[in-house]
Amino acid sequence: MPGPNPLTVTHVGDHELLFTRDFDAPRTLVFEAHTTPALLQQWMLGPGGWTMPVCEVDLRPGGRFRYVWRKDGKDMGVSGVFREIVPPERIVHTEIFDQDWTGGETVVTTTFTEANGRTTMTMTVRYADAAARAGALQTGMVGGMSDTYDRLQDLITRGEFHPAG
Amino acid sequence: MELQGYAHAPARLDATFAALADPTRRAILARLSQGEASVTELTAPFDMSQPAISKHLKVLERAGLVSRGRDAQRRPVRAEPRPLAEASAWIDTYRQAVEANFARLDTLLESLKAARGLGNRPRRKVSPRRRRTRKDP
Repeated sequence: MPGPNPLTVTHVGDHELLFTRDFDAPRTLVFEAHTTPALLQQWMLGPGGWTMPVCEVDLRPGGRFRYVWRKDGKDMGVSGVFREIVPPERIVHTEIFDQDWTGGETVVTTTFTEANGRTTMTMTVRYADAAARAGALQTGMVGGMSDTYDRLQDLITRGEFHPAG
Repeated sequence: MELQGYAHAPARLDATFAALADPTRRAILARLSQGEASVTELTAPFDMSQPAISKHLKVLERAGLVSRGRDAQRRPVRAEPRPLAEASAWIDTYRQAVEANFARLDTLLESLKAARGLGNRPRRKVSPRRRRTRKDP
């Protein structure tokens, strides 16, 4: 069996991260899975052990959404507002985590394009605070594709190197 | 390390990430991965004044990414790999969380396709054949 479709993460300019992922399903289903609470609660769970007890989606321009994840009595929540909804092609929404770790609200544009029953999803996350965390996230999230990250990784794998001189 | 949520970087990584957001500071770290260097040596490859480089070094030092030697004259700068390792571990965790989400979504989509007769295999014409079988003696 082939492995999962790869997730690619690239940075666009100083402010944006672009995630791309293919799904072996028509885009009507992928769109539905991204916008229906009962479905979101089955997959948008992050790493093991988290549940998603709150998943409210008011799917219309100006409508709000609220997600809360829970593990070991700890909650992590995110809220936002939909700006554009074009089923099953495009969603634009704002989002901000309760403990703002992205340096302000982000604007997320998600597109679904279909070819031969297969859907390509692109998700562009635009960060408000380019200078700080988002910039660094970009550094790391690009993974092996970035020279910078390779260099940093090299630094890490050397561990406690002993500088010459 | 307190677990705040899988998308939350531990608070102490804030300084690391802020320090890494700048290309000059990343270049300085890359240079230091070859070994320690004086401020003068670090300034040479950049089109920048020594005070400007020193300012960048202060940011890196506050983030624990570099340390300064005791030699009063030279005060060599060296890279400290630990905060980078922590930042990298967090980034891996975050990436794995996103990948885990999409792997679960793959599974969900397969079951939705099956439930709605949208499978990958060409549809079998079950009903007509059955009808024909019934009609044929």
